[in-house]
Amino acid sequence: MFTETPIDRRKQLTERVVRIFLLVVTSVMIIPLLLIIGYLLYKAIPVLSFEFLFSNPRDNMRAGGIWAPFLGTIYLVVVSLLVSAPIGVFAAVYLNEYARESWFTRVTNLAVVNLAGVPSIVHALFGVGAFVLFAGLGESILAASLTLAIMTLPVIIASTTEALKAVPMSFREACWNLGATRWQTIRRIVIPNSISGILTGVILQVSRAAGETAPIMFTGAVFYKTIAEGNLFAYNITEQCMALSLHLFTISTQVPDVTEGTPHGTAIVLVGSVLLVNAAAIVLRVYLRTRKKW
Amino acid sequence: MKNKIEISDLQVHYRDTSALNKVSFDVHENEILGIIGPAQSGKTTLLKVINRTLEFVPEASMDGTVKLDGVDISTMGDIYGLRRRIGMVLPLPVGLPLSIYDNVAFAPRAAGLRSKSQLDELVERCLQQAALWDEVKDRLSTLGTKLSGGQQQRLTIARALSHQPEVLCLDEFSIAIDPVTTMRIEEVLKTLQKEMTILLVTNLVQQAKRLATRTAFFLNGDLIEIDSTDVIFSDTPAQQATYDYINGTFG
Repeated sequence: MFTETPIDRRKQLTERVVRIFLLVVTSVMIIPLLLIIGYLLYKAIPVLSFEFLFSNPRDNMRAGGIWAPFLGTIYLVVVSLLVSAPIGVFAAVYLNEYARESWFTRVTNLAVVNLAGVPSIVHALFGVGAFVLFAGLGESILAASLTLAIMTLPVIIASTTEALKAVPMSFREACWNLGATRWQTIRRIVIPNSISGILTGVILQVSRAAGETAPIMFTGAVFYKTIAEGNLFAYNITEQCMALSLHLFTISTQVPDVTEGTPHGTAIVLVGSVLLVNAAAIVLRVYLRTRKKW
Repeated sequence: MKNKIEISDLQVHYRDTSALNKVSFDVHENEILGIIGPAQSGKTTLLKVINRTLEFVPEASMDGTVKLDGVDISTMGDIYGLRRRIGMVLPLPVGLPLSIYDNVAFAPRAAGLRSKSQLDELVERCLQQAALWDEVKDRLSTLGTKLSGGQQQRLTIARALSHQPEVLCLDEFSIAIDPVTTMRIEEVLKTLQKEMTILLVTNLVQQAKRLATRTAFFLNGDLIEIDSTDVIFSDTPAQQATYDYINGTFG
């Protein structure tokens, strides 16, 4: 008959302790997030309205809404991803599916890893030199977006590479044995089975591009600018724009007597938009997962 | 007897290790050539050389010539066309993450065939040849990866037949499937022999004895002996090593 030995009891005790420890650690991670969102919402509720979202800041940014910075952030994020997503995905496809091990791929992979670790203020200075001055774009949405694109590119390459690597090698070999070219294999088998991972990686960069302040400060974002309210095409990409992250910094530290709740409202719109996009990424991922085919 | 494949002085290296040493032999048209030998004897490498997928292995290098119908395959510009002339069945079945129909239609489509009626006909014929049609004809749109292991292996055989190859290479096709299915596929191979040349790499020496016209015995990258199956499996093959391997007294 089975009897419990001291070793069995000790194992069970260890198991319980480990489980509780891991639960506590996980909670510690979630509590600050809930507190931040809760506090911001509590403070922001009085100012939050459609009026707040769709009207420009007024009275030297002491009052009014956040339309100009809100639309500016959308422009910056969309334009930067339009540049970095295709380049990043194609570069990853090349590196993972076509390139053989060589000094070129080694240098590129090294560059990708190191670029991902460069502080954003360094990207900002690069953006000033390369896009604002050398390319002659001036301080503009275009220059700021390109700077953000350079910043997000390595992470998109890295996440796309991971997604491509997750497709079993045996699928590619089966296709090649059938006389398919590399591109036919990529288009019919590799991309359809890694698209959820690729898109998730790209969409997660939305939050980074939206939240960064340093790279856009010197390349295209301004403290104050008014634009046509409610017009989605109010910005021209050769002009400067306001941005939520910079606006939040400005009204929190540079402007006296700001209406109570406005900074919190700005923050909650920024955080909320990012959470919304991330949630969309999760939904998309789940949807594409259910179509996963092996 | 016409030679389908002529291999002369074939040498393959993976970095510093040698996989095939100066191997020369011919494969006759419409024969089943059994290829036997223990692991690491170069059997799989040989198949990769023939359809030029060895080129996907970065650390591999090869010397010597392989001729298909008298033409050196290394001079062929259209390697995709070459690969379609050679059907390849690998040890572990790989159903592509596509429907059963699309699995079989993959190669013809990659080759440019678009006609729905021709594809339908081809898919049905290949699945029938691979003894799978009756089991899947009502669910051609379900995923190939959802089939059982034995069914997937027959699916890969159907897929290998879909580009109407002249040479069919089977690399230990039966290790992942049950004996009954194996026997059914062996029957299929006997029929297919009338239409194509078959290279049968196998660890089951009895399978080579049952099917092969001639049998080649490889050991550590050397071709020890190639002769008619009757001779190889007799009590007096030319080499003692062949006798020892077949009778299990090896080493």
